[in-house]
Amino acid sequence: MRLRLAAAAALALTITACAPSTSAPSTAASDGGPRTGALKVWLFDEPNRGPKEAVIKEAVTEFTAAHPDTTVDVQYIAVDTRSERFKGAFNDPASAPDVVEYGNTDLPEYATAGGLADLGAVVSGWPEGADLTAEARASATYQGTLLGVPWYLGVRALYYRTDVFSELGLKPPATLAELTTTARAIRAARPELFGVAVGGKYTYGAMPFVWAHGGDLTSIDSAQSRAGLKAYTDLIAEDNCPPQNCADLTGGKTVELFASGKAAMGILGNFNRAAVDAGTAKGKYAVVPLPGVTAGSIAPAFAGGNNLGIMRNAQRPALAADFLTLLAGRKYQAKMYDAMGNLPTLKPASDEVAAKDTFVKPFIDTIGAGTRFVPLDPGWGKIDASAVLPTMIEKVATGKAGVDEATTEAAELIDEALTR
Amino acid sequence: MSRVRTRAPLWLLLPAAVVLGGLFLYPMYQLGLLSVLDFTQAQVSGGQPTRFVGAENYTRLLTDSRFWDVLLATVLFAAACVLATLAVGAGLAVLLTRVSRIPRLMLSLAAMAAWAVPAVSGSTTWMFLFDTDLGFVNQLFGIEGFNWLYDRYTAFGLVGAVVVWASFPFVMVTLYAGIEAVPKSVLEAAALDGAGTWRTFWQILVPILRPVLAIVVIQSIIWDFKVFTQIWVMTRGGGLAGQNLTLNVYAYQQAFASSEYGRGAAIGVVMMLILLAVTVVYLRALRRSGEQL
Repeated sequence: MRLRLAAAAALALTITACAPSTSAPSTAASDGGPRTGALKVWLFDEPNRGPKEAVIKEAVTEFTAAHPDTTVDVQYIAVDTRSERFKGAFNDPASAPDVVEYGNTDLPEYATAGGLADLGAVVSGWPEGADLTAEARASATYQGTLLGVPWYLGVRALYYRTDVFSELGLKPPATLAELTTTARAIRAARPELFGVAVGGKYTYGAMPFVWAHGGDLTSIDSAQSRAGLKAYTDLIAEDNCPPQNCADLTGGKTVELFASGKAAMGILGNFNRAAVDAGTAKGKYAVVPLPGVTAGSIAPAFAGGNNLGIMRNAQRPALAADFLTLLAGRKYQAKMYDAMGNLPTLKPASDEVAAKDTFVKPFIDTIGAGTRFVPLDPGWGKIDASAVLPTMIEKVATGKAGVDEATTEAAELIDEALTR
Repeated sequence: MSRVRTRAPLWLLLPAAVVLGGLFLYPMYQLGLLSVLDFTQAQVSGGQPTRFVGAENYTRLLTDSRFWDVLLATVLFAAACVLATLAVGAGLAVLLTRVSRIPRLMLSLAAMAAWAVPAVSGSTTWMFLFDTDLGFVNQLFGIEGFNWLYDRYTAFGLVGAVVVWASFPFVMVTLYAGIEAVPKSVLEAAALDGAGTWRTFWQILVPILRPVLAIVVIQSIIWDFKVFTQIWVMTRGGGLAGQNLTLNVYAYQQAFASSEYGRGAAIGVVMMLILLAVTVVYLRALRRSGEQL
């Protein structure tokens, strides 16, 4: 009995003493922090990082020359585990970096966590800030606060094999319906090829079909969205890309298929150029915008891209702002295009790039035709993490559910995640 | 004097109590506490205040039809894995007692190797073997292009085989040690009385080994119910359209990948209660059959 009392007392003590850990966000140093010392920068690691690293080194040299007694400590973090790294940095201010690169779809999650600093003043005091388009600003704004500077854009368009098309006497498709018939014609004539590489886990390949039909993520069970989803899932079939092979493909896998010459078409990004050139498809492909429903229209693409931001816990916010504006400026945006194929967000930089390289034209045209974005809501992270859209596409593609049933189910999950 | 005597056990228990409390009670208390809070990344990093939500995490979970589907799949999958592990482990343990030294050594080494392989590497290797186009197995049977992970049941079958492959050595070694400890005289007496192999196994070995079997069964149930790595790696996070989700993967996907720690804690509590119930029922059944553990 005494033992039980002692145990109960010990337990009571523990209960009153311990609540789950929460770190209080420290406010940024109001005077802008020290102007000297080590600036900590996190950038994304890339499959082929060399060229990116060279450009960054150049920027660091320029920066340290203009800022005496400073060093810049650049860390390349893995994209797969970025979420854990950022959460860790939010929770432990002491280990947090000053300047960070982050994916634009991650913005709402980081914003609600209170991890990013308001860049409104920094951008309005930056001469090149005026060159940011309203769309680009909006993509980095959460609930009225600018929390990043868009650094580059990534959009997808239709890559096709010029040799296969000329051999079979085909033209690049002008509508999504033509895309389907072209893909089937290729598979019928060359059974070892997939007409167009599509995948059940390739959300950003599927969404343009939905958007082109007038649907959207927030109304995935509308008639328009269903028509778009059906157009996409009809491609995951024996006459183009058999479900056994394609139902669980990610976007990255479709890039591999196109690059290795196993698919005659693919919905790939401007940032996939290097991967395609490294494969057997090199020199035998061309790119057009992914067509829309009517001839001459372009299917709205997902406006992917990365922002540069400053952590709210940054030790040296003033120094961080100087480095950020240098890296996000026209000069280094153009250099990053040369190195990595990243599409610039500043109008002068993108004009410069378009003037000297015809490869970007279909992508610039796609952006010009209007792009779309995922809902700017922390619930999006949950939708993404719990694979709501891939599950929906795969259910239809494998015949586990009809389009209506799968979209109704997905719509419920999306509503639940966005309204909480 | 008598007061000191009654207090002495308390002091002696204290070190153990501190260790157990720190290692088990405190984390369990935290788990329970988180499960009644609205606790996401925003709360951890202090962007939003922590809010008490009572049973909301639980009601959302229990009214989620996907949770029940996944729970059913997990129970059936774990049950099949436990039975297969026990059958393979027990069969090979008996075999070990029958063969001579060299084959016994080889079998033990092979089993130990399977046991020692990290789950991620093991799963990946099996995936290479069963790859759709380039896999050794598909080439051997001439079925290139057959995707083992496309159908729900072949996918579960393949993952189950990997789970059994990684967990039978523990069963085999434990039972082998148990069988070796059975007095030879008992077995000789059974043989003299004319008992065959089958009968000796069920009526002599199994009753004597019951305590060892109990441990092996409970361990297997807990392991297989909590399977994560093999499903995560082999079916790429739950299979086509989530057809191969098990409870642990579901919890990770729904809660931790989405930073909804409160919800994840609720799933954790539910899993713990289920395992506790299974263990208690099993132990009671053992006691009723006259065996004291």
